[in-house]
Amino acid sequence: MSDHPFAIAANSNAVSQAPTGGEYVIDRLFRAFALIAASLLILLVGYIIWKIGGQALPAIRDYHLDFLTTSTWNVQEKKFGILPGIWGTLYSSLLALLIGGFFGLTVAIFLTQDFLPKRLAFLFRLVIEMLAAIPSVVFGLWGIFVVIPAIRPAANWLNEHLGFIPFFGSSLSGPGLLPAAIVLAIMILPTVAAISQDALNSVPYRTKEAAYGMGATKWEVILKVMVPTAAGGIFSAMVLGFGRALGETMALAMLIGNSNQVTLSLFAPAETLAALLASHFPEAGPVEVQALMYAALVLLAITLIVNIAGIGLLTLTQRRISGKA
Amino acid sequence: MSTESAYLDMSIATGKAPSLAHSWSEGRALVNVLLTIGAWAVALLASIPLVSVLYMLTVEGGSRLSLELFTELPPAGFETGGGFGNAIVGTLVMVAIAAAISIPVGVLAAIYLSELGPNSKLGQASRFLAKVLTGFPSILAGVFVYAVVVLAMGTYSATAGGIALAILMLPTVVLTAEEALKMVPRKMKDAALGIGCTRTQMIWKVVLPTALPGILTGVMLGVARVSGESAPLLFTALFSNYWLSRLNEPTASLSILIFNFSSMPFENQIQLAWAASLVLVLIVLVFNIASRLLGRPKY
Repeated sequence: MSDHPFAIAANSNAVSQAPTGGEYVIDRLFRAFALIAASLLILLVGYIIWKIGGQALPAIRDYHLDFLTTSTWNVQEKKFGILPGIWGTLYSSLLALLIGGFFGLTVAIFLTQDFLPKRLAFLFRLVIEMLAAIPSVVFGLWGIFVVIPAIRPAANWLNEHLGFIPFFGSSLSGPGLLPAAIVLAIMILPTVAAISQDALNSVPYRTKEAAYGMGATKWEVILKVMVPTAAGGIFSAMVLGFGRALGETMALAMLIGNSNQVTLSLFAPAETLAALLASHFPEAGPVEVQALMYAALVLLAITLIVNIAGIGLLTLTQRRISGKA
Repeated sequence: MSTESAYLDMSIATGKAPSLAHSWSEGRALVNVLLTIGAWAVALLASIPLVSVLYMLTVEGGSRLSLELFTELPPAGFETGGGFGNAIVGTLVMVAIAAAISIPVGVLAAIYLSELGPNSKLGQASRFLAKVLTGFPSILAGVFVYAVVVLAMGTYSATAGGIALAILMLPTVVLTAEEALKMVPRKMKDAALGIGCTRTQMIWKVVLPTALPGILTGVMLGVARVSGESAPLLFTALFSNYWLSRLNEPTASLSILIFNFSSMPFENQIQLAWAASLVLVLIVLVFNIASRLLGRPKY
């Protein structure tokens, strides 16, 4: 205990002074409070899982795993299935990841690899960060009045001429998968871009210099040295972006059309778990609430798995990079 | 490869240094230029959504902006005029409740994570879970609070809405406050302990004042994040067409108003939804800018 602050302070001169009994008690109390606050985070996550799981239990007993593989949602007949929700959640999030991931990574490269003077890069970074500040519900409103009208002609042309391809199998009459996925992509772009930028910035400068020294062009440096070196961080950016897309609610509830069907068509209305909760929960009776709790539990499980994977991966790669340097 | 070795042979033969510049006709130089053009195109394309959103907000929302928006209640179906004063009040009240819960808990937890037990099992577990909670779907916060608070109280309420928002705000506060606390130099902490401070005195008199700007940044970011949230309010606070009088009754909020009005077939309601969006984005931006001005962590 010789390095304990109290022990050090006990050998006091004129400046320092050992804590009094009262100060000692306050210290212990405060530290206990801090400990409780930190444990509260753990308890909160545990309580969330326990509570939602507990509320879902009756529905799990009633519908078993059929709940995950059927697609009727009928309150009168008490038949519930969330296959369309699971399918729509994964499909729309994957599409969003495809678009948002590509744009996010390109933006991250553009911002970190000296394409812009410093001030302009700062300004552009601000534009991307501001995207993250726009509320989901505003994106939903924007999607209804800007995105859907903008892509409808192209969508319907594709349906008319290439309708035999399953992806273009229906016309876009209003809300649908594609507008939802586009807005979702815009919403995850800042996440992907921010984490990818961190990953690219953490590549040691000499690695880049070495590549330039060998006569590589700028893009050879980027694609063959920078991106592979930062691959771990970029991959976790994609996983976390995907996780964000899975749980996104309001914009999807407004744009996806809330139609209980499993479809490959990009232009057909569909359903996601989060949107299902948002649209059915407010008016649900007790029986439906149980089924919705089951759906919430499934969404919780999916997002927890994806997020834990993403954060674990990020911690791992950060540790590896800092270990090297 | 063959081009380069040809250059080398030539330069050895002539005794002149080879040119290091990439020639345009060289395939890889051309690819380089094309990719650069592509990157510029992608970057410009990526900024279109923000420009478009801001344009729509100023044109559609700005045209409806007037004083009565802030003083009147939402209109019913075919009525004209009206405003959303109650929704602004509701949003601010619920965000205040969220802040009152999540700031003390969040900062205390951050103090534990950075000062008291950074590498303890508990510290590592709760830091990890805080990160996991940042990606927690906001609708599930609503479901959870519905199960815990709304069912227990028997009514939708501003309190329930505020608690749901607090859950979403907590991880932001914890993680940014921890970063801010960690940035206080080790020397200052040692000096405080060296003159006989208890850990608590060190934290209150040295660490917290030094880290205050950084902590406020986190708080503002958290507030900005939750003031735009709507999913957690859908079935915790619900909505109300009247002014807020008590905390234990259904409460209006800007985001739910936008959601409800966006699907209505009336022009007046659609206009109000845009105006409410403008106000909501302005509120979020004010907190966002405040967090930037209060001092960004310097990377």
